[in-house]
Amino acid sequence: MQDTNDLRKVVIEPVTRVEGHGKVTILLDEENKVKQARLHIVEFRGFERFIQGRPYWEAPVLVQRLCGICPVSHHLAAAKAMDRIVGVDTLTPTAEKIRRLMHYGQMFQSHSLHFFHLASPDLLFGFDADVAIRNVIGVAAKHKDLAVQGVMMRKYGQEIIRATAGKKIHGTGAIPGGVNKNLSIAERDEFLKDIEQMLEWSRGALKIAKDYTVENLEMLAPFGSFDSNHLSLIREDGAMDLYHGNLRAIDAQGKSIFDQVDYSDYLDYISEDVRDWSYMKFPFIKSIGPENGWYRVGPLARVNACDFIDTPEAEAARKEFMAVTDGKPNNLTMAYHWARMIETLHSIEKIHELLLDPDLQGTDLLLKGDRRPEGVGLLEAPRGTLFHHYKVNDDDQVVMANLIVSTTSNNEPMNRAVSKVAMDHISGKAEITEGLLNHIEVAIRAYDPCLSCATHALGRMPLTVRLLDHEGNEVAQKST
Amino acid sequence: MSEHTITFEIDGVEVRASHGQTVMVAADVAGIYIPRLCAFDGLPPYGSCRVCTVKINGRFQSACTQPVAEGIIVENETEELLEFRRNIIDMLFVEGNHFCMFCEKSGNCELQALAYRFGIAAPKYPYMFPADRNVDASHKDIFIDHNRCILCARCVRASRDLDGKNVFQFVGRGPGKRIAVNAQAKLVDTNIDVSDKAVEVCPVGAILKKHVGFTIPIGQRKYDHEPIGADIEANKQ
Repeated sequence: MQDTNDLRKVVIEPVTRVEGHGKVTILLDEENKVKQARLHIVEFRGFERFIQGRPYWEAPVLVQRLCGICPVSHHLAAAKAMDRIVGVDTLTPTAEKIRRLMHYGQMFQSHSLHFFHLASPDLLFGFDADVAIRNVIGVAAKHKDLAVQGVMMRKYGQEIIRATAGKKIHGTGAIPGGVNKNLSIAERDEFLKDIEQMLEWSRGALKIAKDYTVENLEMLAPFGSFDSNHLSLIREDGAMDLYHGNLRAIDAQGKSIFDQVDYSDYLDYISEDVRDWSYMKFPFIKSIGPENGWYRVGPLARVNACDFIDTPEAEAARKEFMAVTDGKPNNLTMAYHWARMIETLHSIEKIHELLLDPDLQGTDLLLKGDRRPEGVGLLEAPRGTLFHHYKVNDDDQVVMANLIVSTTSNNEPMNRAVSKVAMDHISGKAEITEGLLNHIEVAIRAYDPCLSCATHALGRMPLTVRLLDHEGNEVAQKST
Repeated sequence: MSEHTITFEIDGVEVRASHGQTVMVAADVAGIYIPRLCAFDGLPPYGSCRVCTVKINGRFQSACTQPVAEGIIVENETEELLEFRRNIIDMLFVEGNHFCMFCEKSGNCELQALAYRFGIAAPKYPYMFPADRNVDASHKDIFIDHNRCILCARCVRASRDLDGKNVFQFVGRGPGKRIAVNAQAKLVDTNIDVSDKAVEVCPVGAILKKHVGFTIPIGQRKYDHEPIGADIEANKQ
């Protein structure tokens, strides 16, 4: 291994237009060849520790404070684990459907936020467009309709969360064994009024993502791309199910690694590696090992892993998506955007279906069973599979918590993407421009990482770039 | 003897009261809210929190312990007293570990409701973050979170005077003062029952029934729509 002291270091800190705080370091040799590129997550919060000693029913409300973007995912994953703790394996139909509605509302708002506000500046203006316009303000100025759609779609999802959880951010709706409220007819009718508009805008966003990917396929296909395994929850019949299911892992060619695994047994299948340069762990599939057992999660993995989607428009979109790779898993990093918009359409189709279901007005909200000492809850959060695991003592206090957050699973893939882009676009260049460095961020952004969640840490993820010579002296710096 | 034999003034409003009533009770009847934390209907006055401090004929007094007297001039909603009360509430927040964001008492908590009523968005004093507060979850139906205790003694008085049990008592002095159950014992070692008044009266999230958690949705909690004291002010003629 080359002594890294002889290398120049480029640091992108903080990474922008992602959730949380992280940095990228790129080591260059004297010919400006990239020797190493890494994404470091520099936050640490320790939720798993300070939940210890708290009563178990507090967990769904406490742990969601990990995040302000998709707290519902943590709220519901913890509630699912606590369902097990209170001995409830199947919720009442009303409780299950209210939670699903909350979750699809969450998926809809989070995906919309990412696509319209975080990712679209790169897609609309180009990766190395003028940084002055390559931002959400630039989008609002040039594509006002899209900026407005993004805001309104996000608002619709947030209002669904408010109606089901009590608040748009950090609500209390899901409680161990069920929910604390149903959906009133008045609330339902309010959502039904705008559903056609939301469907229409979701179709439009899907078309933008699809057309962009197909039209630029030649450029995007190698961009930060690599073969990988894919992991997702899957319904028993193989359908995509974002709220509940069993674990399925496939390899880059679509071959099954494991399938229909009860997620309570996740520790038999998934393990986590620790590396000294990042606070974020590196999960991997045990049977393959840490070297090659890493996997991707999130929209791309879910669309790849499922056999079908149970809503008609999203299923038609999935077929188009899979046709690009002849039915084999799509391993393009930039295909995440297209997959994310398929899920956005799926979510709003699901919301429509649920709003028409009279079970949402049911009054049977809560069940109770025999207390258990341990519970695992998984769901598919906007960014991928989310694991919550708790042990509770006889005094009802949490004594152990283990969270594997979506972005943590995507840690190795994001590092691979960073490495690939650095090699392809930066290596050997005499001058490293802001636009070139943004290529790195574009690859990271495709994963819609939430670095706060991933390290169970707090903050935004702005990115600064520092160029250091081989003696560690700063040559240049870029901040955004 | 007529029902109202005493006449006095609160903030310029004439109030009629009976002999032996406290200023707080007379104000309640008249629909004038005097903020409070340790005072509780059905428990003897205690006068420890000082949130109900008013000025009577120019002197600071706790309204919950001070009996009415003919012709007294009571100041209640003056800027001086509002500031005084804000400071007390502020100090109560920083002295303990009050995390409203995941406290199941949120929306039903009198301390939180007072902070909202007084427009306190964040305490102005530095947080003390005491590290010696523990949770007693030993009882199967009840738990105590000492992080949130404000030492109002409602539980002490309710257990002694209403439940006839004496489950709670204070130990320690000054900053070390805390609520305890029968000296070294845990809650499970006492004869407390989930139906005891002592469990009901806690104004904050320090003594709670287990397994209740967040069953009341946001929007249906006590102070979600009306500020604390609105029920008393509704009595105003």
